Amino acid sequence: MSWVSIIVLVVGAYGFKVFGVLGLGRVADGAAARVEPLTSLIPAALFAALIVVQTVAGDEALVLDARVVGVGVGAVAVWRRAPFVIVVVVAMTATALVRWQT
Amino acid sequence: MSGHRREGFFLAAATGIVGITFGVLADAAGLTLPQIIVMSALVFTGASQLAAVSVIGSGGSDAAAVGSALLLAARNALYGPVVARLLPASWVPRAASSQFVIDETTAMATMQDNETDAADAFWWTAIWLWALWNAGSMIGVWSGAVIGEPEVWGLDAAFPAAFVALLAPHLRHQPGRVAALGGAALAVATTPIMPAGVPLLVAALAVIPGWLVHRRDDTEVVT
Repeated sequence: MSWVSIIVLVVGAYGFKVFGVLGLGRVADGAAARVEPLTSLIPAALFAALIVVQTVAGDEALVLDARVVGVGVGAVAVWRRAPFVIVVVVAMTATALVRWQT
Repeated sequence: MSGHRREGFFLAAATGIVGITFGVLADAAGLTLPQIIVMSALVFTGASQLAAVSVIGSGGSDAAAVGSALLLAARNALYGPVVARLLPASWVPRAASSQFVIDETTAMATMQDNETDAADAFWWTAIWLWALWNAGSMIGVWSGAVIGEPEVWGLDAAFPAAFVALLAPHLRHQPGRVAALGGAALAVATTPIMPAGVPLLVAALAVIPGWLVHRRDDTEVVT
């Protein structure tokens, strides 16, 4: 990978973040009370989508593999109110075990 | 150590595990050590970095790598309005703080009950995350030979499992559940037909049904 590409990536990634805070953040501040219910739901929508994408996304396709089992076991741990570390460890262990078995 | 600080540290530690994956893949893709250090320190958004080195590792062009990484980075803009009120008001520190506006810091901040804890959780998570993400990628570079394929250790399940825990508090009220369900459904529907990163932007539209439910509930309280 060339240095130019890396610098473009650095600038671009920061550009989105700073646009969000200074640009979109300002708009949200201006309309505070009206958009607050809307912006407060962004994490719920995005985190759910992130989980789905990281669990079943392949290369522009849905793939069901060991990750599904791991994240499922992790979700049970969350439901049982397990500490955060346990959630991550059981999910990784379950995923690794399924891969080792298959 | 207060609850949110402990959780922020553990979240950063889990993200450090993902950082190891990044280090292993970046090294295998042929990036130099200075390039890997610069990426983790300055790009500082995990999914984008992983996408870039995966594209390079599978023989793709630089343009394809940067393109898919930036599509994944675009979602960070959506976190701006969520956490903007927690960041310093004056222009330069505010612009500098936005470097830390990513999935993990937004998640920890929005889990808190009040603004003071939210700001503290944001910064505590940001600092540990930055430190452990960079440490993780270094460990990955140096231990690639020992680790081999990160998948064998289930490292790719660490991030989604961590976010199940981070999503949970947002599911306590009906609008949050509607937005989450909608976001997940949109991601499933669009992943097979759109390049990585775009499904996350489409999923953000799920705030609209969530908001409609919120409004309906509000109206019911009033009448």
